[in-house]
Amino acid sequence: MMLAAVPGFDGNQTALNPVGPGAAHIEFEFSLIFWITTAVYCIVLLTLVISIARKRHSLSVIPSPIPTTPESDRTARRSVAAAMIATIVLLFVMLVGSFETSRALGSMNPGNAVPIDVYGHQWWWEVQYPNDEAYKTVVTANEIHVPVGVPIRIHGTSRDVIHSFWAPNVQGKRDLMPGYETEVLMQVDQPGRWRGQCAEYCGEQHAHMSFYIVGESKEQFTQWLSDQAQSAVPPSTPQAAHGQQVFLTHACVLCHTIRGTPAGSRVGPDLTHVASRATIAAGELPNTIGNLGGWIMNAQAIKPGCRMPPNQLPGSDLQDLLAYLETLK
Amino acid sequence: MITTSVESQAELTEAERLQAMQLEHVWREPSGVVGWFKAAHHTTIGKRYFVTAMLFFLIGGLLAGVMRLQLAFPEAHFLSNDKYNQFFTMHGSTMMFLFAVPMMFETFSVYLVPLMVGTRNIAFPRLNAYSYYLYAFGGLMFYVAFLCNTGADRGWFSYVPLAGPDYGPGKRPDFWAQLITFTEVSALAVAVEIIVTVFRLRAPGMSLKRIPIFVWGQVVVAFMVIFALPGIVLSSTMLLLDRTCGTQFFNPAVGGDVLLYQHLFWWFGHPEVYLIFIPGTAIISTIVTTFSRRHVFGYLVLVLALVATGFMAFGLWVHHMFATGIPQIAESYFTAASMMIAIPTGAQIFCWIATMATGKVVLRTPMWWAIGFSFTFIMGGMTGIFVASVPVDLQVHDTYFVVAHFHYVLIGGAVFPLFGAISYWFPKVTGRMMSERLGQLSFWLFFIGFNVTFFPMHLVGIRGMPRRVYTYPPNMGWTRLNQVESVGYVLLFVAVLILLWNMIKSARSGVIAGPNPWSAGTLEWATTSPPPHYNFLHLPTVNGREALWDAAPNQPVVVGLAEDARSFLTTRTLDAEPDGRDEFPAPSIWPFWAAAATSLAFVASIFTPWGITLGSIPIAITMIGWFWPDRQPAERRRAREIWPSE
Amino acid sequence: MAERVDRAVLDVSKLTTVGFGMHSMTWWGIMGMMAIEGTVFLLMIASYFYLHSRSVEWPPHRNPPDLFWGTLNLGLFLVSAIPSEWYRRRARKGDVRAVQIGLVAVSLFGIANIVIRYFELLHLNTDWSIDAYGSAVWTLMGLHVLHLLTDVVDTVVLTILFFTSLVEGKRFQDAEENAAYWYFVVGFWIPIYLVIYWAPRWLHA
Repeated sequence: MMLAAVPGFDGNQTALNPVGPGAAHIEFEFSLIFWITTAVYCIVLLTLVISIARKRHSLSVIPSPIPTTPESDRTARRSVAAAMIATIVLLFVMLVGSFETSRALGSMNPGNAVPIDVYGHQWWWEVQYPNDEAYKTVVTANEIHVPVGVPIRIHGTSRDVIHSFWAPNVQGKRDLMPGYETEVLMQVDQPGRWRGQCAEYCGEQHAHMSFYIVGESKEQFTQWLSDQAQSAVPPSTPQAAHGQQVFLTHACVLCHTIRGTPAGSRVGPDLTHVASRATIAAGELPNTIGNLGGWIMNAQAIKPGCRMPPNQLPGSDLQDLLAYLETLK
Repeated sequence: MITTSVESQAELTEAERLQAMQLEHVWREPSGVVGWFKAAHHTTIGKRYFVTAMLFFLIGGLLAGVMRLQLAFPEAHFLSNDKYNQFFTMHGSTMMFLFAVPMMFETFSVYLVPLMVGTRNIAFPRLNAYSYYLYAFGGLMFYVAFLCNTGADRGWFSYVPLAGPDYGPGKRPDFWAQLITFTEVSALAVAVEIIVTVFRLRAPGMSLKRIPIFVWGQVVVAFMVIFALPGIVLSSTMLLLDRTCGTQFFNPAVGGDVLLYQHLFWWFGHPEVYLIFIPGTAIISTIVTTFSRRHVFGYLVLVLALVATGFMAFGLWVHHMFATGIPQIAESYFTAASMMIAIPTGAQIFCWIATMATGKVVLRTPMWWAIGFSFTFIMGGMTGIFVASVPVDLQVHDTYFVVAHFHYVLIGGAVFPLFGAISYWFPKVTGRMMSERLGQLSFWLFFIGFNVTFFPMHLVGIRGMPRRVYTYPPNMGWTRLNQVESVGYVLLFVAVLILLWNMIKSARSGVIAGPNPWSAGTLEWATTSPPPHYNFLHLPTVNGREALWDAAPNQPVVVGLAEDARSFLTTRTLDAEPDGRDEFPAPSIWPFWAAAATSLAFVASIFTPWGITLGSIPIAITMIGWFWPDRQPAERRRAREIWPSE
Repeated sequence: MAERVDRAVLDVSKLTTVGFGMHSMTWWGIMGMMAIEGTVFLLMIASYFYLHSRSVEWPPHRNPPDLFWGTLNLGLFLVSAIPSEWYRRRARKGDVRAVQIGLVAVSLFGIANIVIRYFELLHLNTDWSIDAYGSAVWTLMGLHVLHLLTDVVDTVVLTILFFTSLVEGKRFQDAEENAAYWYFVVGFWIPIYLVIYWAPRWLHA
């Protein structure tokens, strides 16, 4: 309903296009406040304008001050009192609406929620799907697949400064803070790719710290999860094998993990299934060979100040590396 | 029945002319370059505050202009990310710490309150001078750092850990934290001066219920300053200590807590916005009264609303932290409190409308700004309800929606009243009227420009654009709105230029104003324009809330104060009956030296802990010099002392 | 020259020029300072307890500050109220000699307090850079040290002033206000002492 007020756009990354109960409850309260405040604003300003128009003194000399009579002030007293009462009543309506919305949000059933851990980093999102059996734990970055229609319990903290996890189509935001473990329930009822962005200023590349929540059917999700839990496919072509060598003998291993290889650093995003992701650089660039190549060669040109140094690889090495990374689906 | 004490020089009797000469001699400001640094009269210091605060407003506005240029195009590179982060931090910090409070509170209270209560100077005049120098030095330090590529870049609230030792390398957050120290001491000093001026220096007859609403507003703000500023004193000190001395206040690994910073900051930060807004309402009450030609409707309600707002402002601060995951009961309380503060504010608005509806409305430039205030501030108040509600706030917090909200309440609630106040009191300060024509033009341009710039921000925030982003991707649906906003800036820029031109031109060649061009009721209009350094030829007594409108046909004036010294009268706090006589100190160079020593210590402590320890020695020396009495005045006073007969 | 009707006047020439307490301008200034600094102290104490609420062990891995020096200072502070109150009352009567003696006495007390404060700092059993507890303890102490040092310097300067020929009514007002400010420094030591020395012992559940 509110979309009508905000003309023509695709409805991604907005609170006015709720795809889950969290954002839907909030949108209701937003509409309630919107209509009441719009009406109040119009009435009050209209009263102001009419008062001035009726009482306007149009001569150029400023008239003497007029004494105040109890009579004129009696009407004024009654009007002001009435306005005060109306204000208080309307405030209470909006307040109760707010409490109801909070209650509805708090009553989302955590019962069989899918647990997902999100760790904020400068300037990317580490995502883990914990499992009681450790070898089934999925570690990925910036792309969060969820089954449609099932509650999700996001458990979050930050590995450095304060970030804020915010996917407006789905739910209100929650700050991820070092020293604090926070939990927020959400649910996606519509399949699709729903964009989110960090909403707490976190330094040089705060502007380029996005993520996607990918809502898919339960079957697709289960398939995706088990695929992600697998170690990386060993390279099957000589080019890919050489690419893996490039990876293992350059600065890449200092920060990135590819499960199934000796590379196990947790400083940067896990790349075990990097080719399965639709975007790179925390939701900023489509995951194409060209973009990936540019990113590897000089991430600083795309996200100046980010933690990834430039890698001046000879052309052939870069091609082989990209060929290898392409196999990591 | 309007009676003013002095219409013009021609109407003085011979005795009065001699008296004026004597007062002029005693109260003259020292001349020459050195003399400039000794000045201690409140009108002099008030004008300096105005010019400095205005300068920072313009600089802050220019910073915003560059930001708008950057944001007009997706993935633009006019500014690097590093520069943009400095720009938005400098913009916010300048506007909040170097413009808004110094202008709305310090400038207006320092210049007007002593005149409005009918005394010759502000309480503690040398402290007043000291507070100005400290403010100016602090602003200077902040911008010298910026010009050396060391401008603060962690946002105007400088959250930890981003601003802490681990993630904020270099000195940028240290300069931010020290700016706070300069401006906080300055504001606290003025707060004490205003409270003492209003409590002890009111004209006889100005009982509590005859104090002008403007003065009530500034007193409420002064009390708020005293209890709110300590929050940021502590948070910025802890930040500096963590960064320079190795304390661990905000390090979660050893028991520190990042939210401690936020609680302390917002304990100050929420009242801060009311420090800016309440003087705005005080100005509007004054303008509405004068231009509706009647006593303001609902004086008691207005005063109670000001006091209630002052108290309630301290109970809202966690609404800036709704996204941190606070317990539900805290959420409910802070939502309720944040909505309920609309009640006293609403009461004020309704009283103003009632005043206009039952008066005779004279539409001059100040009144237009008051109307513009209503359209703008009330819109901001409406969006405030959105952000007061926790669930809605969780969607709009840290987006351009909230940027729109606070610009509507801050520009609506402070800048519109400021421009109205400028056109209203310009005649008093300079003796000349501003141009009505240029005033109307700048008003309409500013009003339209403001809405073109800031209204779309509601929409782009609801469309998902977060704040503090130096750029954005091209296909988000944000581009067009950003471009509209940037065009709006041009209108604002032109409007402000016209306003400045109006001020400059009118100061030189505007129509002569006379003592009371608006036929207003408060005491500042009972003296010449501009006021002499002794403020009033005869210290007035008061018979009603609008002193000039309610004066008796032969309203008494005060006599019996020594004429060869800077004498003043103290009156009792509640009923303003005469209480005692006292003397203001002579102008002095010590406040300047003390401010220089203090500034040196503050700046040095950014670089070394010895800055405070060794730096305290020059501070002690200058303070002792300041307070050490002069022989001749001491002997003169001793000869004439009258002690209480206890 | 205008024809002037005789103006009604309010003659204030018989009013006092010296006033104490609420009748003194600087008294209000001092009260303002106390409100400000008192709020700073209260917020710092609140921060101490906030950090405690976020900790498991308090103090973490160490002993609370030794009781001896702090309690000695508390005793000395409380005793200093006697000469302080005495000279404050005599100041209201304009008794130069009494104020001189009283100021010297309170100056000596103040210097003794500073010396003992030095030993207190040596026995806090923590350092400000070790953890948040240490930072909180040292900062709370540091705030009080700042007030103690500046007040003793103020007192010494006023003492010297009272031995010059510059004494007049205003200086007796200063003397009363100096006593009042000393009460503030002493008075706030009581809750700060309890927080630093006793809170860790009482909260140690």
